[in-house]
Amino acid sequence: MSLWHMIFTNLRRHRVRTAIGATGIALGVATMLSVVGLLGGAVKMFERILRSDSEMVVFEKNVSDLFFSNVPVEVVEELESQPFVKEAQPVLFTIITAPDRPVVTCFGIRASDGRLKKGEWLQGGAAQFQDDGEGVVLGERAAEFLNARAGGKIELGQGTYPVAGVIRMENGFENGGVFMPLLACQKAFHNEAVCSVITVALADGHESSEVKEWMGKTHERLTALENEEFSRSYSQFKIMKTTAWVVGGCAFLLGGLSVTNTMILSVFGRIKELAIARVCGFSRGQVARMIFGESLLVSALGTVAGWGLSSGGLFVLSRIPQLQGYVEPRIGWQEVAGAMTLAALTAFAGALYPAWYAANLKPAEALRFE
Amino acid sequence: MNKQVLVEDVWKSFDRGRIEVLKGVTFTVPKGEIVALCGTSGCGKSTLLNVISGLEEVDRGKIRVAGFDVVEESTRIDLLRHHIGYVFQFHHLMPDLTLAENCLVPLIATGGQRADGLARLHELATATGVEHRLGQRVRELSGGERQRGALVRSLMNDPELLLCDEPTGALDEKNRAKVFDLLLDLVRARGRTLVLATHDLELALRCDRTVKMRDGRIEGEVR
Repeated sequence: MSLWHMIFTNLRRHRVRTAIGATGIALGVATMLSVVGLLGGAVKMFERILRSDSEMVVFEKNVSDLFFSNVPVEVVEELESQPFVKEAQPVLFTIITAPDRPVVTCFGIRASDGRLKKGEWLQGGAAQFQDDGEGVVLGERAAEFLNARAGGKIELGQGTYPVAGVIRMENGFENGGVFMPLLACQKAFHNEAVCSVITVALADGHESSEVKEWMGKTHERLTALENEEFSRSYSQFKIMKTTAWVVGGCAFLLGGLSVTNTMILSVFGRIKELAIARVCGFSRGQVARMIFGESLLVSALGTVAGWGLSSGGLFVLSRIPQLQGYVEPRIGWQEVAGAMTLAALTAFAGALYPAWYAANLKPAEALRFE
Repeated sequence: MNKQVLVEDVWKSFDRGRIEVLKGVTFTVPKGEIVALCGTSGCGKSTLLNVISGLEEVDRGKIRVAGFDVVEESTRIDLLRHHIGYVFQFHHLMPDLTLAENCLVPLIATGGQRADGLARLHELATATGVEHRLGQRVRELSGGERQRGALVRSLMNDPELLLCDEPTGALDEKNRAKVFDLLLDLVRARGRTLVLATHDLELALRCDRTVKMRDGRIEGEVR
């Protein structure tokens, strides 16, 4: 017989109440892990678009979104002439309209861009995608929803473009996007001689600091960051991650209220038992520990259930064909540890009042309680 | 003779002084004595037991149990853990625990050794005739068995002083006599001190001393 045995017994005898409390936490954990997992996956996918065979990314300083970044294309040649750069690739990010599709992501790239080599060509081939041509390559999903095939033509924005090929990309954004020759893309968007970012692959034995130093000296308006640095500092990623944790936190708050409610009911439902525990020599601290223990156990049950719920839900989502590539859930150990910590804090906060009440019960009064 | 319980000019009121329950009570109980507090309902018997055990604080006056002043919270806890056992009119056992688990609850408070606790549990359960019921849940026990279980629980930490508030009040006549006999036998066999509150004069007269209470005061005593 131990304090934990009493805790288990107390929870077991009110299974429905315990289940309701645990469900509150489970929903909080599931919401948090799902939102964090989904947005985290989206961030990772976006990072991978930038990372294609490169270690650094160059973009305009202080822009809130890369779609608004303007980097002169001539910088690409300047960079490639530096000994510390192996390769520099310009990318112009745009949003373009198509019939029945108001938003299609468009990547203005050069034919030498590595990402076209990585994809699996389903129709056409890389040879049809030329820097001075107008042929566009469609991601597999984009070809599906735009109902287009290689050799045909497609209406994009104000123009009509030949379809040079269809490619299956691992990344959902790319698989649902359009790859357009950079020059054609600049022309279509009246953005001649600029791109959104330049991805930079370093020459062997050289450091990213050399690129940063050169960029600082020659192009004050631009900044060069390592991919990791970029991920940490890019405001859109920060907003997405913060949103995920705030939404999850709010869900936890509701879960915490459910735990408080469960524990209050638990305390009020056995006031005489708690009084007897005091008569048997339990200190206020031992009574409080018992209540906190119950709350922590409810929370632990909820955390495990929530983890399972979110993992299962995200697995099902990632298997839906229409969402494949877009939903790439990532529930890392940090997210799980974060959810566990929040669940434990919620359990603690939720049990504060019930534990205080139980610990301060006056046994004689409690035994008279009807 | 050593004084096991010393109560000196104790006053206790409720409802911010509007209801005075104990009005300058003074009495002592020597070690090993069996004392019955007798009187009508509301005369202050239960309150007197509660203040002796420290479950209720006094307004003024002095209480010493086993040589300790019943004032500080830590002293009160120590007394309840090691020196005082308490039996109520109702058993107040936890219904979802077995009888054995209920009886071991005081050991959780003291952090006592499980093996010692189990040995003592079996000894007391045998003495009270509930050994064969130790594995049963409380809801499966009869009223008499439950009250005997409560008695075992109160004696688990081998207290010097046993306080009983109408310990047979909720039992039928047959069980009342049995449990009361058992209580007296257990206390006498172990040389413990017993203070019990009862309005049953017949039972009270079987104790070493009967203290009569009326309107919050001690009216007299019979040996």
